[in-house]
Amino acid sequence: MSSKKNKYLSPEQQKYQLIAQAREPQRPVLLNSIRAFVVGGLICVLGQFFQFIYTTYFNFTEVSASNPTVSSLVILAVLMTGLGLYDHLAQYAGGGTIVPVTGFANTMASSAIEHRSEGFVLGVGGNMFKIAGPVITYGVFSAFVVAIIRFIILELGGM
Amino acid sequence: MLKGHQSWVFNSRPAVLACGTVGGPFEAQGPLAEDFDILHDDMWLGQESFEKAERKMLEEACEKAVEKAGQKGADVNFHLSGDLMNQIISSSFAARTLGIPYLGLFGACSTAMESLALAAQLVDSGAARMALASTSSHNGSAEKQFRYPTEYGAQKPPTAQWTVTGAGAALLGAGEEGPRVTSATIGRVVDMGLSDPFNMGAAMAPAAVDTLKAHARDLEVDLFSYDLIATGDLGRVGHEIAKDLIEEKKLPFPKERFMDCGLLIYDKTQPVHAGASGCACSAVVTFGHLINRMKRGELKKILAVATGALLSPLSYQQKESIPCIAYAVSIEI
Repeated sequence: MSSKKNKYLSPEQQKYQLIAQAREPQRPVLLNSIRAFVVGGLICVLGQFFQFIYTTYFNFTEVSASNPTVSSLVILAVLMTGLGLYDHLAQYAGGGTIVPVTGFANTMASSAIEHRSEGFVLGVGGNMFKIAGPVITYGVFSAFVVAIIRFIILELGGM
Repeated sequence: MLKGHQSWVFNSRPAVLACGTVGGPFEAQGPLAEDFDILHDDMWLGQESFEKAERKMLEEACEKAVEKAGQKGADVNFHLSGDLMNQIISSSFAARTLGIPYLGLFGACSTAMESLALAAQLVDSGAARMALASTSSHNGSAEKQFRYPTEYGAQKPPTAQWTVTGAGAALLGAGEEGPRVTSATIGRVVDMGLSDPFNMGAAMAPAAVDTLKAHARDLEVDLFSYDLIATGDLGRVGHEIAKDLIEEKKLPFPKERFMDCGLLIYDKTQPVHAGASGCACSAVVTFGHLINRMKRGELKKILAVATGALLSPLSYQQKESIPCIAYAVSIEI
């Protein structure tokens, strides 16, 4: 715990937090990492498989096959979310199911399902991006910052 | 009658006339399944939303308690109820259906004992002939309000707890037989500065210990006189911390008879991380399992210490710590 946070705590609270921390079961970080690697990797292998199918049997190039590949993974993730399977897989896989595009599909599908009871406009429409929203907001913002940096370097450096 | 600083002794010993407990499909797989009056195999109870399902369970639990006591709802003077939903909608909407004069409470997961203590006080003081104490929680509605959508794939840490889907109600009144509510201790709000909503057990443990200590002090009671002391929903993490804290405070207590409702309701094989939580946790275990054990003669005197974390999704997002409370109620037969 940072000392900045400690400043607002009484000695009694600080003492208790040490007691509580000592008895808190640790997250199995190594195991979680291995599971995330394996499951995340398998999702990528699946994506590779889809890409292979689309380039081999459907006249897509390696670049143009990316759209149907992503769509296939998204449809699969949304189906699994709807059937109530994705959250169980995610408890096992952690980051392995959050990082790939399937994780993004799951955030939107799960929010849409959850808020269906509040109607299509205020419920589904208003909440669909509740979890995915920050990803888009900061994704776009980071891209903007990177683009400006790139522009400045190119203009000034003339590389 | 007030005893000590924050405790009540109920000289007329209000009787628990009957209890009603309702559980969901996950609770039906647990070791206490037999202690429920009604078990549902559908999380939705055929309703359109989790919120409506929760309300329905609360209505069923209340109706069951009144029915088992052989009473009519119209004869019950007051209904004290609370739940986890914003503006306690489950309780208020169930109260609309029941039509019993209603007092809405919010004690988060401690509501089972908060309502029982107040109901006993009403009956004991002559302010009511019969009072109904009830509470409910629903895994889906609680996750939706406090955390993420139920189908969202976020990995939960080992300290997380599983909100019980269920409802419990106890009807109190004058009676000759059965379990009696003999005393209650009203807790203080204790905040040790913990702010992780995935580790509520550790946040609530000091509140439970504070109330337990106050109970022993006010009533000058030896904690060894209880056959069982059951905290509400500390879970595995909070339970261990509470035991250590009590020992540290040099309060003599029967360690082997110190339990947690959050550790009783589910099987070890059920994936609930550190244990159960939610208003219904303490309610269904105390009003169902423990009262049944008392009626079978296995327990004579118990102390139920329901614990509640008084946070909101907003306070958590604004980086506030979690204030906690605990209410202790002793039941004897």
